[in-house]
Amino acid sequence: MIEIEGLTKRFGQMTAVADLSLSVGKGEVLGFLGPNGAGKSTTMKMVTGFLAPNAGRVRICGHDVETDSLAAQSCIGYLPEGAPAYSDMTARQFLRFIAEIRGFRGEGAKEAVAKAVAKTELAGVLDQPIEQLSKGFKRRVGVAQAILHDPPVLIMDEPTDGLDPNQKHAVRTLIKAMAPSKAIIISTHLLEEVDAICTRAVIIDRGGIVADGTPAELLARSRHHNAVTLTLPAGQAADASAKLKAIAAVANVEQSGRDDGMVQLTAFPKSGVLLIEDVSACAVREKWDVRELYAEAGRLDEVFRAITTTDTARAKAAA
Amino acid sequence: MNQLWPLFKREFAAYFATPLAYVFIVIFLLAMGAFTFYVGHFYDNGVATLSVFFGYHPWLYLFLVPAVGMRLWAEERRLGTIELLLTLPIPIWASVLGKFLAAWAFSGVALFLTFPIWITVNYLGNPDNGAIFASYVGSFLMAGGYLAISAAVSASTNNQVIAFVVSVVVCFLFTVAGAPLVLDFFQLWAPVVLVNTISSFSFLTHFQAISSGVIDLRDLVFFGSLIALFLSVNVVLVDLKKTD
Repeated sequence: MIEIEGLTKRFGQMTAVADLSLSVGKGEVLGFLGPNGAGKSTTMKMVTGFLAPNAGRVRICGHDVETDSLAAQSCIGYLPEGAPAYSDMTARQFLRFIAEIRGFRGEGAKEAVAKAVAKTELAGVLDQPIEQLSKGFKRRVGVAQAILHDPPVLIMDEPTDGLDPNQKHAVRTLIKAMAPSKAIIISTHLLEEVDAICTRAVIIDRGGIVADGTPAELLARSRHHNAVTLTLPAGQAADASAKLKAIAAVANVEQSGRDDGMVQLTAFPKSGVLLIEDVSACAVREKWDVRELYAEAGRLDEVFRAITTTDTARAKAAA
Repeated sequence: MNQLWPLFKREFAAYFATPLAYVFIVIFLLAMGAFTFYVGHFYDNGVATLSVFFGYHPWLYLFLVPAVGMRLWAEERRLGTIELLLTLPIPIWASVLGKFLAAWAFSGVALFLTFPIWITVNYLGNPDNGAIFASYVGSFLMAGGYLAISAAVSASTNNQVIAFVVSVVVCFLFTVAGAPLVLDFFQLWAPVVLVNTISSFSFLTHFQAISSGVIDLRDLVFFGSLIALFLSVNVVLVDLKKTD
């Protein structure tokens, strides 16, 4: 439902988005990741028709965003970066305004607002001016505004930014519930969010896609994928470390101290094979006093750091 | 087209959501009264006309209308809501028109509230009510002209103070285009056609023509096309400068 082809955007000398192609279908929740300044927001601004690209095109439900923008924009619910809203209006007035702009009238508008309010749990603050709302409520007003017309395509720039853990959970549950009938793109800095709700993760860096896959596929790229960590008393650490290294499938073992007299050992597998069975068998055989023992799925932040550049590196490259 | 109404409503209500509307209306009415009665010696003249009253309109509008128009787009850009507005399924021209009409209607409300002076002058004597009506029409059109200029300037910056100052300067140029101050400068070297063209852009000339009681089509066309011109400039500026 979202088709992006060769999208390019330059600001003066700087290329913000370079020849980016992507398509997102119904039922997909695409997590858009990347360092600050990688081009996430710029891409979303072009997809929603706010910015005109220098090259390439975007089609939403078959409508070209540039040539048939009103039809395309009717199909999109968009939460811009920072969830902007008219701060002098109350939440109710604001949502009512959006509903009327979206073509709802009278009872229909009332109903659409009521539905969005129920989904985002805004009922308690409806008659407060938006400028007096907490960050979490403001963000939810933004989400309510985006889902109000039940759009087939949802584009959300950091939908859970500034929310507390309960609110984050509520918004994620909401996105998950809507996912089967929509094509959704969310950008986020929270890697656990990708794990929690996305069916697909795309990492962009310097305006281009550097990774595209399911969260599990990305996790498999992690050094920690299938690694096993165990916690045991410091006195047994040296012996345990040596025994673990002796296991054929173990590539190496890392040790990190804790302040409670315990030591954590992490055994990394050779080329992603499963280690947990070998390690636990070894622990039982050697009668270590194991306090914790777990296999890791992988660490997204590790993958993220490995394939994206830091802003200092980028500044160096630009110079 | 049917999105024009919700846009208009929102913008119009926005004036009254803050003290802005009330402050503006009170200052507008006080200033009108002060100029008419104290500076213009309305009573002492002993003539039942409102020409003194209307004579101050261009000069008051010069400062008050840019104050109404300065927030139209600058505020939108400061809040970031411009991104929301321009990604809703409405054409840019509709947003421009909706905002302009709301601001124009608001200045119309302020102008309407000067009606006690019309009643007063009828109580005191027998004025030419046709001329007064024409003057009101002219005044409203002139406010629209100033407002279209201010709205376009507002679209070029996200700083309301800059929007205000630049609007006042541009509005001033349009006000005095027919005055000797400006024309003398051009007459020294410019061809007569150019001098006449510049003088024909004067708000004062057109407003005075209407105030005399004759609503001439040429004056209506002048204000109408000036508004249309600046609204078009507004559309272009919004599109060009939306990301700055």
